Amino acid sequence: MTSTSTQADEINYLNHQKGIWSWLTTLDHKRIGILYMITVLTFFLIGGIFAMLLRVELFATGKNIMSAAQYNQVMTFHGAIMVFMVIIPGIPAFLGNFILPLHIGAKDVAFPKLNLLSWYCLVVGAVIAVSSLLYGGVDTGWTFYTPYSIHTNNGTTFVVIGAFVMGFSSILTGLNFIVTVHKLRAPGMTFWRMPLFVWALYSTAVIQILATPILAITLLLIAAERILGVGIFDPALGGDPILFQHFFWFYSHPAVYIMILPAMGIVTELITTFSRKVIFGYKAIALSSVGIAAVSFFVWGHHLFVSGQSELAGIIFSFITMLVGVPTAIKVFNWTATMYKGSIQFSSPMLFALGFLFLFTIGGVTGIILATIAVDVRFHDTYFVVAHFHYVMVGGTLMAIMGGIYYWLPKIFGRMYSEFWARITWVLIFIGFNVAFFPQFVLGAMGMPRRYYDYLPQYASLNRISSVGSWTIGLGFFIALGVIIYAITKGKKAPANPWGGKTLEWTIASPPPHENFLIEPIITAGPYEYR
Amino acid sequence: MSTANTHTHTSHLAHHFQNLEHQFAAAKLGIWLFLCTEILMFGGLFVGYVIYHGIYQEMFAEGAKHLDWHLGAINTVVLLLSSFTMATGVHFAQKNESSRSLLALGATVICGLIFMIIKYFEYTHKFHLGLEPGRFFHFQGAEHSNLALYFSFYFLMTGLHGVHVLVGLGLIIWVMFRTRCGDFDANYYTAVECVGLFWHLVDLIWIYLFPLLYLVG
Repeated sequence: MTSTSTQADEINYLNHQKGIWSWLTTLDHKRIGILYMITVLTFFLIGGIFAMLLRVELFATGKNIMSAAQYNQVMTFHGAIMVFMVIIPGIPAFLGNFILPLHIGAKDVAFPKLNLLSWYCLVVGAVIAVSSLLYGGVDTGWTFYTPYSIHTNNGTTFVVIGAFVMGFSSILTGLNFIVTVHKLRAPGMTFWRMPLFVWALYSTAVIQILATPILAITLLLIAAERILGVGIFDPALGGDPILFQHFFWFYSHPAVYIMILPAMGIVTELITTFSRKVIFGYKAIALSSVGIAAVSFFVWGHHLFVSGQSELAGIIFSFITMLVGVPTAIKVFNWTATMYKGSIQFSSPMLFALGFLFLFTIGGVTGIILATIAVDVRFHDTYFVVAHFHYVMVGGTLMAIMGGIYYWLPKIFGRMYSEFWARITWVLIFIGFNVAFFPQFVLGAMGMPRRYYDYLPQYASLNRISSVGSWTIGLGFFIALGVIIYAITKGKKAPANPWGGKTLEWTIASPPPHENFLIEPIITAGPYEYR
Repeated sequence: MSTANTHTHTSHLAHHFQNLEHQFAAAKLGIWLFLCTEILMFGGLFVGYVIYHGIYQEMFAEGAKHLDWHLGAINTVVLLLSSFTMATGVHFAQKNESSRSLLALGATVICGLIFMIIKYFEYTHKFHLGLEPGRFFHFQGAEHSNLALYFSFYFLMTGLHGVHVLVGLGLIIWVMFRTRCGDFDANYYTAVECVGLFWHLVDLIWIYLFPLLYLVG
C-alpha cells in the first residue's frame, strides 16, 4: 500500500486480492458494492422477465400463455422482487455503498463487517423467499393484505420471512450510513460541504432505520398469524384486518421514499456535473431531502382512503400527502435552475437525468391527483395507480440508477463504455417506457382495474400498445446489460475524471486504490465549485 | 498505513478510524441507532396492544387475572438486579479489573437464566390450562369470547422479549469469553459497553410489559 505509482496498471481494489473467496469475505465497501450490483442486476433481470410475461398475457383478452392462478403468482413475484430485491437495495446498497465513503473522504463505511452481513442478509432472505416456489408460491401481491395472505398457499410464510430477513439488510445499511456520515467525514468536510447524493442517502438511511422495524414486526405477525393463528388481524378472533394495512403502509409508504430519495441524489450529481454549473439552491435541495423523509411518516393513510378509515383521517392524510409535493417541487425547480445558462453536455448519464426529470414530474403530479380523496375513490385500484407508481419507480428510480451506473462505471471499473450504444439504450427505455405506461393512465381513467388477469374488450387496443412498449423497455435494458458487460471486459481504460466532476471520487484513480485516498483529503470548499 | 501506533491496542483499531476513541464513538452511535430499531419493532406490538385494550378492556382484565403477578414481579426484580450487575460489569471493565468484571457478568447471566426458568414454568402452566395463543386456545370457562386474543398478545410480546433475553445471554457469554482471553482493558471495552446497553434495553422493555400484561385491570 505504500506505492505512489501513477501508472495505469497499478494495484487497485479490484486486483489487490484475488479469488472468489476474497470477494465473499471482503470488508471493502467498494467490493461489497459490487456484490450488491451483481445481486441487484440479477434480480432485476428476473423481475423484468416476469414483467414481460405479464405483458404477454395481457396482450390480448382471454388466456394467452398462463392461467389466472399463474398470473397472480407472476404478478406477485414481479412486485416483490422489484421492491424488496431491486429498488430498495438498488441505489443505497449498490451505488451508495461504493460512492458514499468516497464522497465524504472516508476509507470505508463505519462498520465494514455489518456491511458484509447486510449483503448476506439480502441473499439469504432472497433464497428463503424464492424457496416459497416449492410450497405453492405466493399469489397475494407484494402487499400481503390480510385476511387473504393468512389463508392462501404455504409459500406466503416463506416470502414473508424472506422479506423479514431482507429488512435487516436494509436496516444495517441505513445504520452504517448514518454513523459513517456522522463520524467519518474527512477534515473540513462539514455537513454543508457534503455532496447532495450524501444528503439524499442520509435522509434515506433515517427512513430505513425508523420504518423498517415496523415492517419486521408486521411480517412477523403475518407469520405468527399463519403458524399460530394469533388472530390479531383476524375478525373471527376479534382482530382487525385493517390494522394490517395501517402497519404495512406505515413502513411501505416511507419505503417509497427509500426508493426515490437516493435517485434524486444521483440526479442532482448528474445535472450539476453535466451542466458545468454550481448547483442552484444547495441548502434547499439538502433540506428538502430531510423534509421529504420527515413528512413520509405521516402520509400512510392515503393508501386506505377506501378501506374504512374515518373521513377526518382521510382529509388529514390527503392534506399531508399534498405537502410532499412542496419539497419535491423545490428539487425539480432547483435542478431546472441549475441547467439554466449552463454548458449542458448531453452525455448518456445526463440523458437519463433529463428522462428522470420528465417522467418523475409526471409521476409526481399524478400522485397529487391521487391524493385528492374524491378522485382517488374513482381511481383507486385502477391502472391509473399502476401507471402513477411506475412513472415514479421506473421513470424515476430506474432512470436514475441507469444514469448513475453510466456515470460511475468508469470510476468503479476503470473502463469506458460505448457512448453510442448507451444513447441507444436511453432512446429505447425512454420511448418504450412512455409507450408502455402512458396508455395505462388512460386505461385507469376508463376504469380498468389493476391486478386482474383479464379485461373487457374495450381495453384491448391500449393494452396491446402498452405490451409493445414494455418489450421495448425490455430490449433497452437488455442492450444496456450488454453495454455494461462489454465495457467491464473490453472497454477502453478510463481516466481518473472523464466527466470533469468536482466531487472527491474524481480526484482519485479509476478504479480507486484499496484504501480510497492515498493522502487524506482536506476539504476547503463546497462540492460543486465550477466557477 | 495505521495512524495510531501510539496506542497499546492497535490490533483493535480498524484502518478507517483515527484512534480508539473515534472508533468507540462510532460504535456507541451505532448501537444506539440499533436500539431505536428495537424499540420501534416492539412499538408495533405495543400499538396493537393499546388498540385492542381500548376495544376489549374487560377481556384484557380477565386475561390478566389468569397470570400470576407474583411471578411477574419476581422476574421484574430479577431483571432489575441483572441490569445492576451488568452496569457493574461494564464499570469494572473500564477500570481494568477483568476478574471482577467477569464475576459481575456471570451474575448477570445467572439472573437471565432465573428469568427464563420462571418464564418456562409460567408458559407450561398456561399450556396445561389450555391458555394457548390463537387457534390452539382451548380454555374452558372464559367469561369473554375473545380471550384468545389476550393470550396471543401475551405470548407474542413475552415470546419476542424472551428471544431477546436469550440473544442477550449469548452475547454476555461471548463478552465473558473475550474478557477471559484478555481482550479488553481501560482503552478498549466497546463490546462490553454495547452488550450492556442492549441488556438494559431488554430490561426496560420488560418493565413496560409487566404492568401492561400482569397488572392491567
